[in-house]
Amino acid sequence: MLDYVKLPILGLIAVLSAIAANYGLDFAYKVHAILIMLVAGGLFLWELRRTGEPKVPAPEGEYMDGPVKAAAIATVFWGCTGFLVGVFIAFQLAFPVLNFEWAQPYLNFGRLRPLHTSAVIFAFGGNGLIAASFYISQRTSAVRMWGGNLAWFVFWGYQLFIVLAATGYVLGVTQGQEYAEPEWYVDIWLTIVWLAFLAVYLGTLLNRKEPHIYVANWFLLSFIITVAMLHVVNNLSIPVSIYGSRSVQVFSGVQNAMIQWWYGHNAVGFFLTAGFLGMMYYFVPKQANRPVYSYKLSIIHFWALIFLYIWAGPHHLHYTALPDWAGTLGMVFSIVLWMPSWGGMINGLMTLQGAWDKLRTDPILRMMVTSLAFYGMSTFEGPMMSIRAVNSLSHYTDWTIGHVHSGALGWNGMITFGMLYYLFPKLWNRKALYSIRAVSWHFWLATIGIVLYASSMWVTGIMEGLMWREVDAQGFLVNSFADTVEAKLPMYVVRGLGGTMFLAGALVMAWNLWMTVRSGEAVADTNSAVPAE
Amino acid sequence: MTDQKETNLLPDDPETTGHSWDGIQEFNNPLPRWWLWCFYISIVWGVIYTIAYPAWPMISGATPGLLGYSSRALVAEDIAHYDALNADLRTQITEVELTAVTRDNMPELYNFAIQGGAATFATWCSQCHGRGANGVQAAGYPSLLDDDWLWGGSVEEIEATIAHGIRTEDDPDTHWSEMTAFEGFLSDEEIGQVVNYVRRISDQEADATLAAAGENVFLDNCAACHGDDAMGDRVLGAPNLTDRIWLFGGSAAAIEEIVRNSRFGVMPAWSGRLSDAEVRATAIYVHSLGGGE
Repeated sequence: MLDYVKLPILGLIAVLSAIAANYGLDFAYKVHAILIMLVAGGLFLWELRRTGEPKVPAPEGEYMDGPVKAAAIATVFWGCTGFLVGVFIAFQLAFPVLNFEWAQPYLNFGRLRPLHTSAVIFAFGGNGLIAASFYISQRTSAVRMWGGNLAWFVFWGYQLFIVLAATGYVLGVTQGQEYAEPEWYVDIWLTIVWLAFLAVYLGTLLNRKEPHIYVANWFLLSFIITVAMLHVVNNLSIPVSIYGSRSVQVFSGVQNAMIQWWYGHNAVGFFLTAGFLGMMYYFVPKQANRPVYSYKLSIIHFWALIFLYIWAGPHHLHYTALPDWAGTLGMVFSIVLWMPSWGGMINGLMTLQGAWDKLRTDPILRMMVTSLAFYGMSTFEGPMMSIRAVNSLSHYTDWTIGHVHSGALGWNGMITFGMLYYLFPKLWNRKALYSIRAVSWHFWLATIGIVLYASSMWVTGIMEGLMWREVDAQGFLVNSFADTVEAKLPMYVVRGLGGTMFLAGALVMAWNLWMTVRSGEAVADTNSAVPAE
Repeated sequence: MTDQKETNLLPDDPETTGHSWDGIQEFNNPLPRWWLWCFYISIVWGVIYTIAYPAWPMISGATPGLLGYSSRALVAEDIAHYDALNADLRTQITEVELTAVTRDNMPELYNFAIQGGAATFATWCSQCHGRGANGVQAAGYPSLLDDDWLWGGSVEEIEATIAHGIRTEDDPDTHWSEMTAFEGFLSDEEIGQVVNYVRRISDQEADATLAAAGENVFLDNCAACHGDDAMGDRVLGAPNLTDRIWLFGGSAAAIEEIVRNSRFGVMPAWSGRLSDAEVRATAIYVHSLGGGE
């Protein structure tokens, strides 16, 4: 029956996007319209061939791991892609000649930079979170995922969002809001996909066979709900034409800046912190094989974290048109947030009590512990940088870039790698990973890479901050902007090398996971059956 | 079958909450005391801070805070401090004869002009002329370190150039001249001859026959601005063609391109954007770089 609803909808979308491609006002819009037309048309044909075929009933006694597998593979793929672009733009900054004349304007730094940030945050991180959400919610609720193939819609819909966003950046489509660059039609599509994600997740939780909801699910649910809210509000815009990619923001001036950083900071807070804490709360106890340290701490730090994070955004706008009072509140909430953030680190690290010896033999656990250490460091550094006086030195400098990367590479990257190493043998029924030695290599490449990255950015950041503010006895500026650029060159090369090491580690992981699936020793499936009540 | 095995418990472990999700249990440990106390302290500090600084939004405006802090007031104070500190020197530099400001003559004012001029130069001029004022050779941005001045190298002439710019359309006092594009006026043969002539007088490799023939072409067409001896004319901004210092390059191809299509640069007039004192200080700074006359 549902087939007869899907067919006309898909057909309609294909026809409408053909019309849009015909009347499109700009090149990127036409490319996107044709892309959507091909996807909708292809799905229409596929759906048509299946219509009326006898349905294979879903295996109710099994967890639905297909979308988890797909998202895990996508995580590896987009991760390597995003890191590669990151390494390239790092070297573009060190050696501007890499902004090749023949590739203008498509491959210049300005267009590749959002490609890098979106690829690592939304494509790598997002797919990691989808895999974690789907895997954890089923296991800890002891039910099959709700909504049937809706989970597949979420996975493929999200990949389409990534492709539309990425091609848009290269073709010059952006609404100029950091981490929210995609234009209106891509935003609308993401909203639809995200609401489906929320529905699948909530449906699974509501169906649960366990009396209580596990702590990982609180974090994941808060992540999904809050990101939906942030995304919709920060992308309120009016298209210039239904046939073009340009739009105008509803908010303007300092209001727009405030909304943007309310969004931007909570993308960090709820996407990169709460979501990944959810991941941590399942995979760390599993890998350490120890109970979570403190249930009380998890409750208190969860509610404190989500209550406080949402107010911290204004610290991105110190010394701007934003009034002082808003900056004060953003700063105070950021500092009070310090302990709630650390609650997650304490709970994760203390879970290893009684299992510390495993760090010597288990590089996966070592990765998870390192990620918690970087989490602790970034969530201390963040509140410190939100202090007005510190911010007057650090803002607009590379210190911010270093801070973001110690969090993103150290915390988000390492915990996701740990999850992938745990998941791949489980999902593909392999006895163990193909090579534990390769995990060790990955661990050291990534760790040294992050240290090179973060320390070089601290040095350049503080140096350029000091150079910018340096005035002589009569109040004249001592340095020009170009002086700081010149002074930073050696550190930019070090940063690029750090990134290269991190990328190399990720490639080792991709190879290791591939070999695990291809030639790991197969074992009986002990992972996919839903436990009987 | 699932491998929902319970997490490993050790003999001296604390009690758990009794729940188990996919085998994951939780200890019933209390909150770490140091964590709780740090959290309390940060909250108390936060309340105090919001009383001391502007923080809570009310119906009309926000609470100003007990300390009377304002980031704008702090900046204004900083600016006022330096304005007051430099007020005398600033007035002095706008009134004094620029030529009189030398290291020996007026050391304090000279130092002020050099420091201030350097800062202004770094901010506004270095983008084209380079951080070291050496220009960008062959790209149309002249070096300010040598003696080859297009519009004059005395400190007053430099000041006029900075204040009014070069070929700035909305400044009536700007320097203005445009070289003719000789494409169409001169035959290809004549262009070849005059290019070789210019190469010869600048001591570069040239075809002797063509160069000899080019002398007349030069005298008829170019000498009006560049002078019979090709030494240039500063009133017209016409460059000296004999010194091997080239604005757009001295290769045969580069010279031919200029003869055919003409080229000339543009510099903004800074008098609207910079104060009188800044313009004059910058003139003294540029004059001091080595090329000043």
